[in-house]
Amino acid sequence: MLIAIAAIRLKDLFAVVMLFGVYSLLTAALFMNLDAVDVAFTEAAVGAGVTTVLLLSSLRLTTRWESRPQRSRVLPLLVVGITGAALVYGIVDAPLMGDPSAPVHQHVSPRYIEQTPIEVGMPNMVTAVLASYRGYDTFGETVVIFTAGLAVMLLLGIQDKPRHRPGVSAIGDQVVLKAVARVLIPMILLYGLYVQFHGDFGAGGGFQAGVIFATGFVLYDLVFGEGSTHAVVPPAWLHRLAALGVLIYGGVGVGSLLAGKAYLDYTALASDPVGGQHLGVLLVELGVGITVFSVVLSIFYAFSGRSRVS
Amino acid sequence: MSAIAGLYNYLIVVFLMMAGFYVVVSQGNLVKKLVGLGLFQTSVFILYITMGNLAGGAAPIVAEGVTAYSSPLPHVLILTAIVVGVATTALGLALVVRIQEAYGSVEEDEIHAKDLADDEALYEETAGTEDADR
Repeated sequence: MLIAIAAIRLKDLFAVVMLFGVYSLLTAALFMNLDAVDVAFTEAAVGAGVTTVLLLSSLRLTTRWESRPQRSRVLPLLVVGITGAALVYGIVDAPLMGDPSAPVHQHVSPRYIEQTPIEVGMPNMVTAVLASYRGYDTFGETVVIFTAGLAVMLLLGIQDKPRHRPGVSAIGDQVVLKAVARVLIPMILLYGLYVQFHGDFGAGGGFQAGVIFATGFVLYDLVFGEGSTHAVVPPAWLHRLAALGVLIYGGVGVGSLLAGKAYLDYTALASDPVGGQHLGVLLVELGVGITVFSVVLSIFYAFSGRSRVS
Repeated sequence: MSAIAGLYNYLIVVFLMMAGFYVVVSQGNLVKKLVGLGLFQTSVFILYITMGNLAGGAAPIVAEGVTAYSSPLPHVLILTAIVVGVATTALGLALVVRIQEAYGSVEEDEIHAKDLADDEALYEETAGTEDADR
């Protein structure tokens, strides 16, 4: 909360972005405390990692300092105060935190908690609900991410010939940082793969794995010079990979259609229903992971490859 | 007393939400507005996760000897919302970068003033040609 206030007050946008990163990390810790391991995971990777890097690279393209506001603050404060008061009035009736008789725990939740191990046969209920029960929605979200990546590339342009400047990095020649990054990056990538394929059993899944995997490459690019990741993962591949991920997901659905079941009904994929569910969830998570990874990385390319105009 | 403890998280949510709202409404800098939007977004995340929490419950991963789990459904919703959130933030930032290139500024007031000036210039130009036609 204090960090949020500080972030609002500061005029130095660089500090604002850094504080926002810290705030995200604290939020992730809070999620962990509230038993939402998968969410904590994602928030830590996305909020503290990717968002901060993206905000910083857009600060590079714009300005670091905010100008003094000209207008009065009274009206916004008044509006915010009234809305806040109304919301506080509303939450007085809300069910207390952790109360087992709250509506959330009464209606559909018990059904999923009881049936998931039997129907889908995987311990992590979040992954099961995400990829199997609500496969349609997740497909839609994957497409949203794909579209957002597409829009960013349309706005900022696709780089055919990246500025390859090995050794020229924003942070200068930092020996310690390079040595540490060299040790860290393989571990990050390995961990990303682990999260991808172990999502059925422990916390994790395609969304987190894609982001973690992309973070590894972003770190490489930041430390070893702008454009050096282009040599490892060319942008043209990334665009194809992003489409491939969506195609894998959609293809699994078509596969189950061809097998005579409903779209994205994984029980059609193998002889026994639980095995089919496992296979389907694994493939779908793979598609999600590939799309998220390539979209996040190509968004990063689009921002970092653009030089400052004006 | 327990009511205050039970509602404490909701109060934080309202506070963060209003903080984000305030930034979006009052600040002129577009990058900062996006940060405010991010604050607002995380407050909604916290709201959902708080609702899904169950006292004495475990994380929703099946384990031996655990009978009570927190509800997995809010977790699923928020998990995807976070990733979609970063995609939309990136889109917003891309727009900000293009605005910077077109206007040379990311301050709302300056952009607005420039727009007005452009409009007036255009208006005077067309008025001038009409006079010449007559």
